[in-house]
Amino acid sequence: MSTSTEALTPDEVEGQKRARRARRNTTIGWWVITIVIAVWCLFPVASILSTSFKTPGELANGRFFPDNPSFVNYEEILVGDSRELFLSALRNSIGIAVIATLIAVVLATLCAYAIARLNFPGKKAVLTVSLMVSMFPVISLVTPLFNMWRTLGLYDTWPGLIIPYLSLTLPISIWTLAAFFQQIPWELEQAAQVDGATPLQAFRKVIVPLAAPGVFTTAIIAFFIAWNDFVYGISLTSTEAARPVPAALAFFTGASQFESPTGAISAAAIIVTIPVVLLVMLFQKQIVAGLTSGAVKG
Amino acid sequence: MSSVPTNVPSVAPDVGPDVTPDAARDRGAGRGRRRELQAAPKSARTKAEARLGWWLAGPAFVIMVAVIFYPVLQALWDSLFSYRLTAPDEREFIGLQNYATILTDGVFWSALGVTALITVITVFVELILGFILAMVMHKAIKSTRGLVRTVILVPYGIITVVSAFAWYYMFSIDSGYVNNWLSWVPGFDDQLNWFAQGGTALFVIMFSEIWKTTPFISLLLLAGLAQVPEDLSEAAAVDGANWWQRLWRVILPNMKAAIMVAVLFRALDAFRVFDSIFIMTNGAYGTEVLSLLAYRTSIGRLEIGLGSAISVVLFLLVGLIALIAVKGFNVDLAGGRGGRK
Repeated sequence: MSTSTEALTPDEVEGQKRARRARRNTTIGWWVITIVIAVWCLFPVASILSTSFKTPGELANGRFFPDNPSFVNYEEILVGDSRELFLSALRNSIGIAVIATLIAVVLATLCAYAIARLNFPGKKAVLTVSLMVSMFPVISLVTPLFNMWRTLGLYDTWPGLIIPYLSLTLPISIWTLAAFFQQIPWELEQAAQVDGATPLQAFRKVIVPLAAPGVFTTAIIAFFIAWNDFVYGISLTSTEAARPVPAALAFFTGASQFESPTGAISAAAIIVTIPVVLLVMLFQKQIVAGLTSGAVKG
Repeated sequence: MSSVPTNVPSVAPDVGPDVTPDAARDRGAGRGRRRELQAAPKSARTKAEARLGWWLAGPAFVIMVAVIFYPVLQALWDSLFSYRLTAPDEREFIGLQNYATILTDGVFWSALGVTALITVITVFVELILGFILAMVMHKAIKSTRGLVRTVILVPYGIITVVSAFAWYYMFSIDSGYVNNWLSWVPGFDDQLNWFAQGGTALFVIMFSEIWKTTPFISLLLLAGLAQVPEDLSEAAAVDGANWWQRLWRVILPNMKAAIMVAVLFRALDAFRVFDSIFIMTNGAYGTEVLSLLAYRTSIGRLEIGLGSAISVVLFLLVGLIALIAVKGFNVDLAGGRGGRK
C-alpha cells in the first residue's frame, strides 16, 4: 500500500507541529496530505472515466489517458445498440432504490421514534433484531428467496427486489434515526402534550420538523445501500424487467460478440456514479454526521 | 451514542458512565414521571403508550422478521433434502447428508480459507488506513476539512461493482496500464496477467475492497476519536509524553469500544465478500469464496438442497464470529458504536 507510508506524514507533521514549525508550513502540510488522500479516493473514478473515453481500438494502448477522447461508448449505451439494456437497468435501479428507500425511511422513522421516546415492552427485541438483520449474510437469503419468489411470482419483478432491499435498509435506518431522535429536545414534545396534543399529534407537529434533517440523511444512506446491491440483483432477476444497474453491468456484452464491452461498461459506470458524487458533494456534512452517530454498516 | 442503549439494559450492560447529559435529563424529567405512572397498577396512559409503541415499531419489526427469519427457516428445511430445481420430482429427505457433502469437500475448505484470508488482511489494513484517515479528518485544519471528508465519502458511495470494474480494467492485460507503470521495477514482468493466478488476483481483489470500504471504517473511528477527552491527551503532553505514547496510552485505550465495533462490522462485511470477486475472476484460480460458492450452487446449478446447506453454514459462521467478538472481546455493540457526545 504505497499510500500508507505517504499518509504517515500527516502524523509526523502533526507530532512536530507543536514543536517548531511555522504555521504556514503546517498549512502547506495539510494541503499535501489532503491532495494525497484526494488522489487515493478519486483515482479509480478518474481511471474508469478515462477508460470510458477510449475507443475500442485504444483500450489496449497501455496508457492512462485516451489518445483521442471520444464519446462512442456513451453513444453506444444511450442511443446505440445497448440502449435498451442500459436504460431499462437505470430505470429499474432508480425506481427500486427510491421505493425501497422511501418505505424503509417511513417505517424506520416511526420505529425509531417509538424506540427513542416511548416505553413499551419488547423495545429491546426490536433493536436486537435489527442488529442481527444488519449482520446477516445476504447470500444466505438468496437461495430460499430465489425458490420462494418463483413460487409466489415475485421472481424478476420490482417488489421481488424491494422486499429484500428492506432487510438491507431498515436496520441502519432504525439505528441512525434513533440516534438522531435522541438529540431532539424532549421537553418540546412534552410541552405540546401538556397543551393538549395527543402523543401522535406531538409526534407529527413537533418532532417531525425537528427530525427532518436526520430523516433526510438517513434516506441518502439507505439509498446508497439499495443502489449498491449486487447479490439480490443478479440472483432474483433474469430479464430487463427488473434487473438493476450493477447486475446489468456484470452481464453486459459488447456490441458484437467479438467486441469487448469494456468501454460501454465504463461509460455506464460513470453515469451511475455521477448522482453519488453529487449527493456526496452537496450533503457531505449530513452524511458524515449520520454515519458517525448511529451507523451500523455501509 | 449512549442514547439508544440507555433504554436497553441487556444490549448495553453498563451504561452508567456513558450517560450523556441529555439522556440524564431525559430520565430525570420525562422518564421519571413515567416511572411514577408505571408504579401505579397499569395505568391507561402506560397501556396507551405501549400500544402506540408497537403500532409505530411494529411494521418495521414485522418486515425485518419476515424477510430474514422466514427464509432462514426455509433454508434450514431445504438443506435437509436432496433437491434440484432441474428435477423437482426427485426431491427426497436425506437428513444431514448435504452438510456431510459440504464438510468433506475440499472446495468448501479452500473457499473458507480464502474468505478468512481476505477478511483478516483487508480488515487489518483497513483498520490502520482508516485510523490514519480518521486522525486526518479529526485534526485537519478548517480549510481542508470539508474537502477531505467529501473525497473520503466518494469510495463509500460508489457501487462496489463499479469499483471492481475500475480496478479490474486498471490491472487487466487487455485494457490496463498498471503493467506499463510498473515496468521500471526490476524483475517485474510487464506481461504479467494479474488475473491468471490466485495470488495476484487476490491482491487486486483485496486492493479494491480496501479502497471501497476504508472510508466506512474511518468514519466509525472518527466517531470514536471524538469521544477521547481532549484534556487527557493534553495532560499527557504536559507530562512529557511524546506523540507515540499519547497514541498508545491515551487515545487508543479510550476508543477501544469504537475500534472493536468497527472491526466486528467490517469483519462480518468482509466475510460476505462477493461483488468484486464475481466481477474480477468469478472464483477462478483459487479465488472462490463462500458467498460465491453458495451462489453458484443454488442459482448457477439450481441445487437448492446443497446451496441451502452452504447458506446455513455461512450464516452459522457469521453468527459465530459475532458471538466470539461480543463475548470474547466484550464488545458493547450498542454502547460503543458511534459515540457522539
